[in-house]
Amino acid sequence: MGRTLAEKVWEQHVVRRAEGEPDLLYIDLHLVHEVTSPQAFDGLRMAGRPVRRPELTIATEDHNVPTVLGPISDPVSRTQVETLRKNCAEFGIRLHPMGDAGQGVVHIIGPQFGLTQPGMTIVCGDSHTSTHGAFGGIAFGIGTSEVEHVLATQTLPAYRPKTMAIEVAGELPVGVTAKDLILAIIAKIGTGGGQGHIVEYRGEAVRKLSMEGRMTVCNMSIEAGARAGMIAPDETTFAYLKGRPHAPEGEEWDRAVEYWKSLRTDDDAVFDTVVEIDASTLTPFVTWGTNPGQGVPLGAVVPSPEEFDDPVARSAAERALAYMGLSAGTPLREVAVDTVFVGSCTNGRIEDLRAAAEILRGRTVVTRTLIVPGSMQVKKAAEAEGLDDVFRAAGAEWREAGCSMCLGMNPDTLAPGERSASTSNRNFEGRQGKGGRTHLVSPAVAAATAVTGRLTAPADL
Amino acid sequence: MEAFTTHTGRAVPLRRSNVDTDQIIPAVWLKQVSRTGFEKGLFSAWREDPGFVLNDPAYEGASVLVSGPDFGTGSSREHAVWALQQYGFRVVIAARFGDIFRNNSTKMGLLPVVLPGETVEAIQAAVEADPALEVTVDLAERQVRWAGEAAGFEIDDYTRWRLMEGLDDIGLTLRAEDDISEYENGRQSWLPTTV
Repeated sequence: MGRTLAEKVWEQHVVRRAEGEPDLLYIDLHLVHEVTSPQAFDGLRMAGRPVRRPELTIATEDHNVPTVLGPISDPVSRTQVETLRKNCAEFGIRLHPMGDAGQGVVHIIGPQFGLTQPGMTIVCGDSHTSTHGAFGGIAFGIGTSEVEHVLATQTLPAYRPKTMAIEVAGELPVGVTAKDLILAIIAKIGTGGGQGHIVEYRGEAVRKLSMEGRMTVCNMSIEAGARAGMIAPDETTFAYLKGRPHAPEGEEWDRAVEYWKSLRTDDDAVFDTVVEIDASTLTPFVTWGTNPGQGVPLGAVVPSPEEFDDPVARSAAERALAYMGLSAGTPLREVAVDTVFVGSCTNGRIEDLRAAAEILRGRTVVTRTLIVPGSMQVKKAAEAEGLDDVFRAAGAEWREAGCSMCLGMNPDTLAPGERSASTSNRNFEGRQGKGGRTHLVSPAVAAATAVTGRLTAPADL
Repeated sequence: MEAFTTHTGRAVPLRRSNVDTDQIIPAVWLKQVSRTGFEKGLFSAWREDPGFVLNDPAYEGASVLVSGPDFGTGSSREHAVWALQQYGFRVVIAARFGDIFRNNSTKMGLLPVVLPGETVEAIQAAVEADPALEVTVDLAERQVRWAGEAAGFEIDDYTRWRLMEGLDDIGLTLRAEDDISEYENGRQSWLPTTV
């Protein structure tokens, strides 16, 4: 019987296998940021252990950083960032600090440098590590104990998850993006639908996505509960990688590509679970609730809790509507928004900014609108194209790189009761600031919403 | 890690689903660089509601959390586990857990117990009827016992052994150092380094 892509990559990384034990898996790349690493470095120090492979490790500052120029004013945040600097210096780890040209959100900089490549195992103390699976590797989030484990041993003990195929047939209609696709997938299978699985996204619509679109899809695999998400590498992947600073060169490139081409699910391989979705029927998608599975097409109305047969889902919907300040039956298009956020590891890359700029060109925003590039390099690229001028002319704020309003750890937050349309990945209670209400959308929908002040699809303008 | 063999304590019913780790410990608490003091942040937004179950004096001192399905979804923050432990919980019972949270728990010695939804509800109902009721979670027997009832749960042998012995994962892995070095010698030559 053939093997799935996930099985091939997994097997390639098994250091040790013993009956009745988890596999010991080698880790090719470890991404580190300031929030989930300090206690791990402390653990190493207490045990007198070095970092086994500092040259397979890279660090950046992202979660705490302010997105306006200047120092970190919150002393607790500042201490955390300074702690990372001290740890990286002590253990010999490459760090891209605030202000550095290579700084950015951890999941933006890996692919940007060409460090994220097909067939690799990549981990980070951050659940959105699933992003890197877009290149055809196994990438997943870990906790601080595991961060310490990888620092000390460059391995992780783990049981191989089950495999799930999400087959996306047909083509996405014009105006429907990778973000709409993944939001629709999560709404279909639920926040627990992928639990215990590595998902492989397959099918025509996935093949036609750009690398950045693929990253958006894989990024939110965790919101469907999956351990990781991946897409088989192809010419789109190779073209994206070629010439990047850490991509192989010359003969090494040819050998690598030859191997990467073998990284696809065999025709006779069997997945543990198969989900099918028709891309051609999709429309712009938006969440109405407080978990990423609570989403509907933008043209729909806020659902009624009575529509849910499962009592657990019904009570979750009741609670979500109360928190979100929404009534069942309200058209989503009538929901007024205070703040629009374009950015994050989900949608902070150059194509996302282009999509937002296309809508905002020659228009004016009526909401507070934050446009936050995912990295300093994305910022530079956007400015070279003049996108910053488009944003400023529309009345939006053009910021420095960071996680920004994706999570309430830096100055960019919602006030209690404030409502956002956000291109980030989580609409949990309080995620963007205590009492804040989040609607997850694509960059195009976010920009259109900024123009009207209500949840709006670009086609509505 | 503190070894876990069997634990008996009072339980708190948390009748909510999709208890994501942002609720267990909001992001503002993650700025600490130490491993202690997270109990203050546990469910800190929900605890502002006087009606929240953890504010009910009847459940004070409980050490078993009995939650609705999909507990610990979302962010990988291990701080969620530290917060639960430092508040006094030794066990969380739910029908489903987020994968990363479950992993983090077993690294720290907080036992995640998966039981069918109806069994979880039966325990919640029993505890609501009598908050003084004690629940025993027996890892050796892989069994939860309460009010004369019992339910078995599954956990793989290796994780159970590690929890019962209170073993440090890194120490175990370093016993395989020769295997790691051998693997490293055979890695593909084009794989990137960060230098």
